[in-house]
Amino acid sequence: MIFVTIGTQISFDRFIEAVDEIATLVDEPIIAQVFEGSYQTKNVKTVDFLNPDEFNKLMEEARLIVGHAGMGTILSALKYEKPIIIFPRMASLGEHRNDHQMVTAMRMNELGYVHVAYDRKQLKTLILNKDLQPLKKLNRDPSNNMIDFIIKSVSKR
Amino acid sequence: MGNKVKLLAVASIGGHWIQLLRIINPNNAEVSVTYLSTHPKCEGMVEGQKFYTISDFSRWNFYKLIPAFFRALKIIQKERPNIVISTGAAPGLVVLLAAKFLGKKTIWVDSIANVQHLSLSGNIASKFVNQTFTQWESLKTPKILYAGNVLEQ
Repeated sequence: MIFVTIGTQISFDRFIEAVDEIATLVDEPIIAQVFEGSYQTKNVKTVDFLNPDEFNKLMEEARLIVGHAGMGTILSALKYEKPIIIFPRMASLGEHRNDHQMVTAMRMNELGYVHVAYDRKQLKTLILNKDLQPLKKLNRDPSNNMIDFIIKSVSKR
Repeated sequence: MGNKVKLLAVASIGGHWIQLLRIINPNNAEVSVTYLSTHPKCEGMVEGQKFYTISDFSRWNFYKLIPAFFRALKIIQKERPNIVISTGAAPGLVVLLAAKFLGKKTIWVDSIANVQHLSLSGNIASKFVNQTFTQWESLKTPKILYAGNVLEQ
């Protein structure tokens, strides 16, 4: 199963439409979590709001995650050790208020965490690549290093 | 550490919340944590911990900020945390403001999504919180500290 997600803040029709078109060439189920879009999918099953438990369950069951460049999406996919393709939102197309997703996508790709598609063609190639592997892993249980440092920073004053 | 540090940990649902949970592990024995988020369903991810909700808003409907501020005051007075920490977004900022008003230590950890510069909320927070953190070493300044990030945690 391929789990597609765009977060819960703004619609992302350009992406959902592209996934819907590519879906005709894909031989496994695709579930897309959408939000307030106007595009009606023909080939992909969509769901609106998912609570965190349902979201995590789909993450766990999926073979591949395809999503916008939101950190919730990226961190969850990494935690469940799933390969993830991200398709960043563009501010010039009204898909977000600024281009931070573009920058996040580039940086996460440079650091070797995610696969990135910047256009429909790249998205198609990546989705149809059956050998896509999970990249880096995250610790399932994060350490306490960060919070210890943070608490110390305000405790000494 | 003798007495546990009492934290109030605040984040909106989504990426902010997921980052918060990677920074403050509910299994950490040295702190006692109360969580505060913008959606009741977030509670399922911090089972067995104290959990509150606050209404969500953004710069587009920020009149909701006023009731959120009063609710935050109430929660802080009830829970009496030593430190209030937020990973964003706007509702976290309001809770930190309420915490500051009540004389609590306040911390902002800017989202890892802000690769090139601090977020708008982070910039505002840095004007009044005790300490602001970035998750990118390249954005570290004498005032904005770097304590690592949620990927390498």
